[in-house]
Amino acid sequence: MSTVATRAPAPARPVPPAARGRRRGGDGRGRGGRQWWIYAVLIIGLVITVAPFLWMLLSSFKPDAEVRQVPPTWWPENPTLDNYRDLFQRLNFPRFFANSVIVATAVTVGNMVFCTMLGYALAKLQFPGRRMLFGLVLSMLMIPTVATFVPLFVLVSNFGLANTFGGLILPFLAAPLGVFIMRQYILGLPDELLDAARIDGAGEFRILATVVVPLCGPPLATLGVLTFFAQWNNFLWPLVVAQTEDKYTLPVALALYAIGQNNARFGLLMAGAVVIIIPVLIIFAVLQRYVVQGIAVTGLKD
Amino acid sequence: MSATERPAGAAVAPAGQPAREPDARRRTSGGSAGPGSDRRRSRRGRPLSIRAQRAVAAWLLAAPFFVLFLVFFAGPVLASLALGFTDLRSTDLRHPFAVNFVGFDNYTRLFQDETFRTAMVNTAIFVPVTLALTMALALAVAVALHRGIERFRTLFRVGYYLPYVTSIVGVAVVWRIMYQHDSGVINRVLGFVGIDGPNWLESTTWSLPAIILMTAWRGMGFQMVIMLAGLSAIPSGMYEAAEVDGASQWQRFRYVTVPMLRPTLLLGAVLGTIGLVQWFEEPYVMTRGGPLNSTLSVSMFTLNQFGFGNYSYAAAASYVIFAVMVALTVVQFRLLRSNT
Repeated sequence: MSTVATRAPAPARPVPPAARGRRRGGDGRGRGGRQWWIYAVLIIGLVITVAPFLWMLLSSFKPDAEVRQVPPTWWPENPTLDNYRDLFQRLNFPRFFANSVIVATAVTVGNMVFCTMLGYALAKLQFPGRRMLFGLVLSMLMIPTVATFVPLFVLVSNFGLANTFGGLILPFLAAPLGVFIMRQYILGLPDELLDAARIDGAGEFRILATVVVPLCGPPLATLGVLTFFAQWNNFLWPLVVAQTEDKYTLPVALALYAIGQNNARFGLLMAGAVVIIIPVLIIFAVLQRYVVQGIAVTGLKD
Repeated sequence: MSATERPAGAAVAPAGQPAREPDARRRTSGGSAGPGSDRRRSRRGRPLSIRAQRAVAAWLLAAPFFVLFLVFFAGPVLASLALGFTDLRSTDLRHPFAVNFVGFDNYTRLFQDETFRTAMVNTAIFVPVTLALTMALALAVAVALHRGIERFRTLFRVGYYLPYVTSIVGVAVVWRIMYQHDSGVINRVLGFVGIDGPNWLESTTWSLPAIILMTAWRGMGFQMVIMLAGLSAIPSGMYEAAEVDGASQWQRFRYVTVPMLRPTLLLGAVLGTIGLVQWFEEPYVMTRGGPLNSTLSVSMFTLNQFGFGNYSYAAAASYVIFAVMVALTVVQFRLLRSNT
């Protein structure tokens, strides 16, 4: 299974004591040696990677004048919650936040259900059209929204779904990535389990629900997290299909505010970015194992 | 499960018995198998009917996805192609018969369109430069994490990956403020080392590099994770053999790591390219494509035309992106195959 094979770096193999003495420090697997500078470089890189988030957090507590001050202050000199208060009281961010949660959750649940169903069929059932279906799924992996959004918008408008939650959610309910993840994992489940259930008279739907799904915790977590993130961050389609404020998701609202006014309040923008980014970072910190595994699975498809 | 008491009977009975029920009914009973399914189960047994039954079940399982796929993916992809050859505008939506077939007009117009050409050139610079920068950084970090250190690997891996999970709109807003000329933190930090930073986003010279830097910062962790997976698949015996042969650290990297990692690198390049060719949010939020279209991307051009109501023109432009993406992917997979 690729999930096992790709789990990040293998632990360093034990080195025989005799060999350890000879090993040059630069090799890295010896203790001490030149390792310290590798750590130093990695730490500097990590600081650069994380700094923008810290900066965002700090700035979100500064009054606008302080964010625009020359030279910039590091630590908020007059810490304030005004940005957040205005965000939630004047700018309707509770609505945008709720919209983002609704859309991302609906899409995630839909994908978990539909992708598991198709993934199971592709992995464990022989049926005419299976190869064709799998080929379709693979070919979809690289179709970007930008290639389809014009006719999609025409279609959705004709269905009367423009500026509705249906229009925001439906086009993303069937995403190929999830099918791929589920199929790969279910392929690795032993056939004997399924056959035992079949002998007991269970139909395929029942087998899926009672035998397969309970074993699919890890890939479902991966699929759930990846889908939720993708949808939470999704921008192009919501920008096209959401036309009034009550349907805006967070990225749409933030982007339109950022470009809408010539002097958008920087502090407010920073607070808006915090509201979009921090929930994702928290979920990621808790579930990072599944995210990273998911990337590895999709990365190394064999 | 209620059925477990009499499994033996089930196995013995079916062989000779003719199927009395039509397949379809049995299939549904399987789906909702409850206590009542015992009797029916005993009649199940001819291989053909089981196979047919499974096929029906499989297609029922596939149906929701398949329908959604046809309506929301396959349909629009083909429709997009067709649209590109018409003169559909937003005003025609209510009068579909007013739409005419115009052949390649949209495409010829596109390639004569100065703005579109600028967007293509920007994309042709943005994609390879960003990809090379991102992958070079990712390779250095991945190798350091894999062979250079022993502790805190997870911490580093998670830390470097963080930006990739965040909203591009969110980080673009943050970086736009960090890139401010006088009040921006980036120029402040550059000032410490004696560099007088440019007015990044207001300069036709520096706006594209500014966006490239931010994109590399965000995408590095993704490439790193793919590379770490590839690195862990290289047998460590190869490094030991190289060491025995007296290969230096650089030689081991050059003649063991790089060739062994080649499929992984190409895969990362394919996935990276697919993502980068569609670049859009960064200029949309940070520069609105400016100044003077210096950061206009093809996706942004498409969205602008859509916004003006030129639906067929936008569809044609979007198909150019799609075609370029497919072409690049095919080329990269060719390379991938010929090297493995």
